[in-house]
Amino acid sequence: MRLSELTKGDQAVILKIKTNEALKTRLFSFGVARGSELLVEACSLAKQTMEVLVDDTLIGLRANEAALIEVEKL
Amino acid sequence: MDKIKVVLAGQPNVGKSMLINAMSGSNSLKVGNFSGVTVEKTELSFHHDSHTLEMVDLPGTYSIQGFSQEEKVAHTYLLNEEYDVIINVLDSTHMQRNLLLTLELLKLNKKMVLALNMADEAHKEGLKIDVKQIEAIIGVPVVLVSANSKEGIEELLHQVHEVFDSQERRSSNIVYSDPVEEEILELCHYMDTKGFKLRDLSSREIAIRILFEDNDLLKELDDSPLMLALTPQITKAKEHIATHHDTEDIEEIKANEYIAIARGIRMETVVCKGLKGKKNSTKKIDDILLNKYVGIPIFLFFMWGLFQLTFTIGKMPMDLIDDSFKALGELVGSFITHEATRSLIVDGIIAGVGAVVMFLPNIIILYLGIALLETTGYMSRVAFMLDGFFHKFGLHGKSFIPLVTGFGCTVPAYMATRTLKSEKDRLITLFILGFMSCGARLPIYVLFAGAFFGADEAGNVIFIIYIAGALLGLVMAKVLRVVVFKGEDEPFVMEMPKYRLPSLKLIWHTVYNNAIGYLKKAGTFILAASMLIWFASTYPKQSLLEQEYKVKIEQALGDEIQVATLENELKLKTLEASYLGQIGKASEPFFAPLGFDWKMAVALETGLAAKEVVVSTLGVLYAIGDEVDAKSNSLIKELKANVSFPSAMAFIVFVMIYLPCLAASMVFAKEAGGYKYLVYLFFFTTVTAWVLSFITYRVAGLMV
Repeated sequence: MRLSELTKGDQAVILKIKTNEALKTRLFSFGVARGSELLVEACSLAKQTMEVLVDDTLIGLRANEAALIEVEKL
Repeated sequence: MDKIKVVLAGQPNVGKSMLINAMSGSNSLKVGNFSGVTVEKTELSFHHDSHTLEMVDLPGTYSIQGFSQEEKVAHTYLLNEEYDVIINVLDSTHMQRNLLLTLELLKLNKKMVLALNMADEAHKEGLKIDVKQIEAIIGVPVVLVSANSKEGIEELLHQVHEVFDSQERRSSNIVYSDPVEEEILELCHYMDTKGFKLRDLSSREIAIRILFEDNDLLKELDDSPLMLALTPQITKAKEHIATHHDTEDIEEIKANEYIAIARGIRMETVVCKGLKGKKNSTKKIDDILLNKYVGIPIFLFFMWGLFQLTFTIGKMPMDLIDDSFKALGELVGSFITHEATRSLIVDGIIAGVGAVVMFLPNIIILYLGIALLETTGYMSRVAFMLDGFFHKFGLHGKSFIPLVTGFGCTVPAYMATRTLKSEKDRLITLFILGFMSCGARLPIYVLFAGAFFGADEAGNVIFIIYIAGALLGLVMAKVLRVVVFKGEDEPFVMEMPKYRLPSLKLIWHTVYNNAIGYLKKAGTFILAASMLIWFASTYPKQSLLEQEYKVKIEQALGDEIQVATLENELKLKTLEASYLGQIGKASEPFFAPLGFDWKMAVALETGLAAKEVVVSTLGVLYAIGDEVDAKSNSLIKELKANVSFPSAMAFIVFVMIYLPCLAASMVFAKEAGGYKYLVYLFFFTTVTAWVLSFITYRVAGLMV
């Protein structure tokens, strides 16, 4: 499933990142890659943005960016 | 004295600026900001242990491979500039992510020291870090420091000297995943048997770079016989690695490897004792501040507070500054007998400087607020909450702060756009900021709304004007995004830093630098431009006219009303004959389709200097005198008698949209990155203002 489908409190592991190069590089530099485990910490109103915790780092991203990240719920 | 040039590199939010402050202590010789368009790197130098240390503070970047402006600046600097030592600053409490940058920096083969900053915080969180072990793995000296408690600062400086003096580079003991290690071994073996050497690189280093497609090295090897012989083997090796990583994308493979290494180093060298109490406090705060329902109201409350502070408390010193400059002008004026010189100094220079200095309290308070928002880590949360709405209009969540500030004063609002990291987002925000009607436009609205709608309706009308301006701004943002700033959106993805208590020193530093920067850069230009406008409105001198009126006034002496009328007539005629008046008359055809006469045209043109001037100019032109304010009944009467309803509406619309005041325009040019942008802004706002005023004029004409 997609990261954007998760809700607050969900835990998941990343299977595939299908974003464009710029975004991919950014995610990599945050330490987000295939196999990273994440926890959804917060979602904004109407879930337009979400905050996830990956290895001690809190990351905010847009829902349309999260839709390009494939995850498996834990 | 020997010079050591030190470059500080690190990810954002690791306390680099604090560390630089702590290292230089009070010995800092000079601090300068070298501003690019978006990115600033700071340089300073100080003496230590009989050396001069020259420090360059690069912008904080998560990586040096990325596409963002900062990343490019950092990358170009690190590759091309001359320097002796890199200090890589890390946040001890976020070692794993920070190490990713360290691994990239290691590839540069430069002398490097690792500074694990925030040691005190790590200690509080119960983290125990094995420094010796990290040194052994990475192969560069590692120092635990805290910019806060000054712990380890001397040791860090000492290590910089050591590394600078040392000749040898220690090799690192970084271990990749098994398949990569196997292939490295194979390639090394081949190179060693062939006796291949390249500069001072070890075969292992060469092998790693070949496998990870280091372009610089591959270019160097391009026509060596070794590459020819190795090619089949390299292809096989890459296939092996690709299978293991389930992707052929070398960047992804590298990322996976680096992340695994960073995780490995952290697990091997950091022991977490005690409860993870600290981490939970960020979580707890987030639970409230990022709450779906109360998050935005809380933020709006903070914003309201900042706004109140900026414009109520800021108003007091503003008035004081205004009064003191007026008093100074009068004082100085009384000593100068030569009329033209007096006018130049008092009305030109002193008034011009006053106009610049007047905005300073606003800027200081606003920056204080913004620095607080940023250093505590709240700013990222704001962007997070508001991005959903603003992104629809092609803006960024962080655009909100400059936009709201714009309702108070456009000058600090332009400066507040610096928090936007993406060039496109920043430019769009800059271009539409003028649509948020600033406080100085209010008197014009009050005057016209009062004159044409009556006291009861005026409040509603003014409210509508403000809202219409804001909506127009959002729509124009969308238009700009679709038409001018085309292309893909910049990714939003960003770190939500840990909540931290703000450091007074750092806030002081930010506020001070911005205040000085404003005074220096904007001040000179604003000053020059206000003198130009003073000149245009005073010259050419009408000595005949003055003579004539002098006589008339002398004759009318005793009759105060008569004298006042005559004095104003003189002002009117002088202004009419001045260069500014001539321009106003010349531009009449341009404004005629909007229903403006030359008087309104001149009022708008003086409004380019400062919006406050529009009302007083109208006062002069409609023969009441310049001592009028928006509530002046006689001016309202005159306006009603001389200006038709449609042209009044068109005038309001024009004022709402056209170019902000001179001070703001100068700041705009600086923040946007050049005067050509000011030219764009001029055309953008003038055309929009003209078209919308024209429509208003026609539509209102139908209604009457």
